[in-house]
Amino acid sequence: MSKLKEELKKRILVLDGAMGTMIQQYKLGEEDFRKGWFEGHDFPLKGNNDLLSLTRPDIIKAIHAKYFEAGADIVETNTFSGTTIAQEDYNAQDKVYEINYHSAKIAKEVADEFTAKEPNKPRFVAGSIGPTNKTASISPVINDPGFRAISFDELVVAFSQQVEALIDGGVDMLLVETIIDTLNAKAALFAIEQVFEKKGVEIPIMVSGTITDQSGRTLSGQTTEAFLISTEHAPITSIGLNCALGAKELKPYLQVMSKKSPFLVSAHPNAGLPNEFGEYDETPEMMADQIKVFLEEGLLNIVGGCCGTSPAHIKAIADLAKNYEPRKINQN
Amino acid sequence: MKKDYTLKLSGLEPLLVTPETNFVNIGERTNVTGSRKFLRLIKEERFDEALDVARDQVEGGAQILDVNMDEGMLDGKEAMVKFLNLIASEPDIARIPVMIDSSKWEIIEAGLKCIQGKGVVNSISLKEGEEKFIEQAKKVKMYGAATIVMAFDEDGQADNYERRIEICKRSYDILVDKVKFPPQDIIFDPNIFPVATGIPEHNNYAVDFFKATKWIKDNLPGARISGGVSNVSFSFRGNNKVREAMHSAFLYHAIKNGMDMGIVNPTMLEIYDQIPKELLDKVEDVLLNRNDNATEELLDYAESVKGDGKKKVRDLSWRETDVKSRMTYALVKGLTEFIEEDTEECRLLFPEPIQVIEGPLMDGMNVVGDLFGSGKMFLPQVVKSARVMKQAVAYLNPFIEEAKNGEVQPNGKVLMATVKGDVHDIGKNIVGVVLGCNNYDIVDMGVMVPTQDIIKKAIEENVDVIGLSGLITPSLDEMVGVAEEMEKAGLTIPLLIGGATTSRVHTAVKIEENYTKGQTIHVLDASRSVTVVEKLLGTTSKEFVADIKTEYEKVRVNHANKKSQKRLLPYDVALENRFKIEWKAEDIYTPNFIGNKTYENFPLAELIPFIDWTPFFQTWQLAGRYPRILTDEVVGEQATDLFADAQEMLAKIEKENWLTAKAVIGIWPANSNGKDDVFTYSDENRTEVVDTLYSLRQQTQKAKQLPNFSLADFIAPKETGLQDYIGGFVVTSGLGIEKYVKQFLDDLDDYSSILLKALADRLAEAFAELMHKKVREELWGYAPNETLENEELINEKYQGIRPAPGYPACPDHTEKTTLFAKLNATEEIGVQLTESMAMYPAASVSGFYYAHPQSKYFGLGKIEMDQVKSIAERKGMEIDKMKKWLNPVIN
Repeated sequence: MSKLKEELKKRILVLDGAMGTMIQQYKLGEEDFRKGWFEGHDFPLKGNNDLLSLTRPDIIKAIHAKYFEAGADIVETNTFSGTTIAQEDYNAQDKVYEINYHSAKIAKEVADEFTAKEPNKPRFVAGSIGPTNKTASISPVINDPGFRAISFDELVVAFSQQVEALIDGGVDMLLVETIIDTLNAKAALFAIEQVFEKKGVEIPIMVSGTITDQSGRTLSGQTTEAFLISTEHAPITSIGLNCALGAKELKPYLQVMSKKSPFLVSAHPNAGLPNEFGEYDETPEMMADQIKVFLEEGLLNIVGGCCGTSPAHIKAIADLAKNYEPRKINQN
Repeated sequence: MKKDYTLKLSGLEPLLVTPETNFVNIGERTNVTGSRKFLRLIKEERFDEALDVARDQVEGGAQILDVNMDEGMLDGKEAMVKFLNLIASEPDIARIPVMIDSSKWEIIEAGLKCIQGKGVVNSISLKEGEEKFIEQAKKVKMYGAATIVMAFDEDGQADNYERRIEICKRSYDILVDKVKFPPQDIIFDPNIFPVATGIPEHNNYAVDFFKATKWIKDNLPGARISGGVSNVSFSFRGNNKVREAMHSAFLYHAIKNGMDMGIVNPTMLEIYDQIPKELLDKVEDVLLNRNDNATEELLDYAESVKGDGKKKVRDLSWRETDVKSRMTYALVKGLTEFIEEDTEECRLLFPEPIQVIEGPLMDGMNVVGDLFGSGKMFLPQVVKSARVMKQAVAYLNPFIEEAKNGEVQPNGKVLMATVKGDVHDIGKNIVGVVLGCNNYDIVDMGVMVPTQDIIKKAIEENVDVIGLSGLITPSLDEMVGVAEEMEKAGLTIPLLIGGATTSRVHTAVKIEENYTKGQTIHVLDASRSVTVVEKLLGTTSKEFVADIKTEYEKVRVNHANKKSQKRLLPYDVALENRFKIEWKAEDIYTPNFIGNKTYENFPLAELIPFIDWTPFFQTWQLAGRYPRILTDEVVGEQATDLFADAQEMLAKIEKENWLTAKAVIGIWPANSNGKDDVFTYSDENRTEVVDTLYSLRQQTQKAKQLPNFSLADFIAPKETGLQDYIGGFVVTSGLGIEKYVKQFLDDLDDYSSILLKALADRLAEAFAELMHKKVREELWGYAPNETLENEELINEKYQGIRPAPGYPACPDHTEKTTLFAKLNATEEIGVQLTESMAMYPAASVSGFYYAHPQSKYFGLGKIEMDQVKSIAERKGMEIDKMKKWLNPVIN
């Protein structure tokens, strides 16, 4: 059994918080996104945060370190948009392997430093696999509902490239997250299984869906339980929910997940719902209060933050989580 | 601790099947093999209505939706993907899990890539061996679906208890141990077969199913059981009371033994407790094989069940009823044996012979009309009824003339014609017969009728309706021309449009507006013709016409909207995105034979095994794949009768040499220009270009990495330096048909005349199939060791293609001129081209041979004017002419 799985048996593990929010604080310019790698690139690259793992690894490493310092057990690689599909918008699809490989490598370096300092609290890296900007079961053209901007096969190709590079870079686990369309996630899981078979390796997989709003459905229309059933065939370690909602709004769906899931359960909600300026105002204390309810009910094995969360939020959550027992898998 | 074997499925919502779950009902109307209506909707791309069928199923309580697109005339994979994508956009349908139903793995796999939920595959089995089974099961697992496993192995379908459990156990062990397939995701279909068939070996079929079900549930933990229930009562087709009782009793026992789910038509189910005691006893005697006479006792009882006149054909008890009932019976059953005798008896009952027609015969035909209208009779039967009617009328005619008291007043007069340039008339004849049956006078002008003749005749005969028919695409334009001329001639009578390439959309968009003084209406098939004509000539015709006008206006608006959504690529961009074959010398096989070769008087007996029967049934508007159609719940009985008649006639055709089959084929040195032109050369020096063949290229916007195909892509460009080849063929099996057609018509036997034409068509297609095989194996010889069964040939499993001009891959009919010239086909085998490029005799097939292993059939789709201009220039044809020929495919 992997070290990670051993730890998960013992305690609730804490995932890091938002990457984008942290990057914003550095007030980066176009040149930061090009440095050493894309000097002559013909497209503006500012905003393509995944590239910073190549061009400003110092910043990304510093952010990972801040989350580890705050008490996170797991940090996510800076690869949310690291597929050829998402990178196409910046004409940077050629660099997908490098983005994922280096993102994994630098995150792992930071994790190893912290593990060395504190061997009884080993730190881990999860390879972040975002949903891409195209959906396989929803038509982007309103009056042509049968149209699809991307196919299952194309998604499998793109996810396979990302997964291979993440594994080559040394991630401890894979995190298929912010799933808005389950068919995209199924393609990612299909790709992961193929890569595992090809490489002869197998590492834990985390799956995390997004309940878009208080209708309780994913963007592609599934209920929490239907989402769970649709991904259950894959060799998953944990399943959970993240993004779109704050902890308070997420609770009923997390309860369903915890009750029905044969796997470990995770949650990394946003810092509340965005205000009218699109900012998240939930303070670390407010968010921790909500998370506390989850912990008291024994819903979780892994907890962290998504949009609007900072090292302060993660610290508040980590300080809380260490006082609670992890959820026991329901074996019927 | 007891293991949880809940079967979990999902659409947008979960479906959990636990041991406590009652029977799970699978919706089966979205299946082209089981529903004629659904098939028609899919074929005509009426997807909104097809979605309504799905919605009705969900609202009606279906918990899983079975989707099947296995039909010869459909691109099953494309139809599956399209329909599943559309379902995904309908939350009230997508709510429930999908069952992807196909006999083709590639369709199943394409379907699995479209569903976000956890669906069910229907089905996989050991039929093609363990290796394939494991490979498919692994894939099913990776895509995240459950699967139905048929009790079928390398030796065939399990038909007794021992084979059922042996195959299911073996399948289960492989799935669970080797594939690590979750046991609860395995659903066995242990084969439900008909009982009470009269064959003693079948008596234990239901018992074996029950026992096998119980054994599976006891011995294969987690596995589920499913099946198609209506099969069991197949012997009692037509006797719904017995069938309903059998279904309920079967389910009662099957569920008791552990059956979990199945395909059941809820309207064909009696409530178990409400089955009359005596019937239930007899049904259960049969199902449980409780006594040796059970079948006969149930049959006897079935005869006595009230309200069901269906009896065995050999039963002559109907002869004991009064003569009017006998007439009706003979008409409904299509029996000519006693018709003259009965007509004579009737004649003596009435003061005037004409009253026999007006009375009993018309009464009988009304019954036929009602039954046909309500879907209780099928086309072949109606045509047979017409034969009875005609013979009765012929018998009466001398007496009527003697009495000289006038004729029966018909309901109206209908002119029927196949338009200029077109020789196809099977459909037109069927409509003529059906209308004739309903007492309309038919003025049949035959085939290739010039527009002016139609107009002239219509005025001369003072007809009430004109019906136009056509099968090939140029006929569509001819029909537009007829409409324009009718307008000029000042006609006001309705114009009916029918035939395989016609459509409601084409009629509304292209024809209707050209003829303002009368109403133009598209008639989908023969069964609609009577209702349409009745409404047009009836008292409510104004309202009917107004409705049609509104409907067609809507069609035009929709069409205009849709048109603006079509994204087509400029021709040069499409050309750039051509199918790029990696040309290798080893993929090109130098033909064993180069030049032309004629086959005179080809033995018909050799063609028969190559017949694809499915389209034969479609001609008769019976939907379903052969051979399954013969046991189809709805049309099985009719299909079986029709098939027997066809076999009988086919034997005569062959034995008595009614038809002469001839073929001419050619294989020629050829290279493409790297674009859309293919040059054929006089010899291997390849210096002298004899002819150029022009291909059309797809211009539709393709998904990434998919090319825009053109047939020219399959021939090596000159610049590769490779010596490539192309072939061509014309075959016919229609020579000599006229004599027999005339003989049948003289005998007032439309049924046999239509049957003969339909068979000649099938023989021509079979001939094309056979010649293609000969070319692959011997003449060209690139596949000398091919071992394909007819079924595989029908499914186009062979290497290389034989596209026909005028069909989806090359809609340009004018290429036939070049083909015919190259083969000297008219002189060699007597097949002629009409001005619309139809071949005469109609039972002829022509096309080109492409041999490259990567060549494949495709549909051109719509093209833009830029390509029309380019091809017109290259061919040296006037742009307007080219436009006219390609009109149906121009965006």
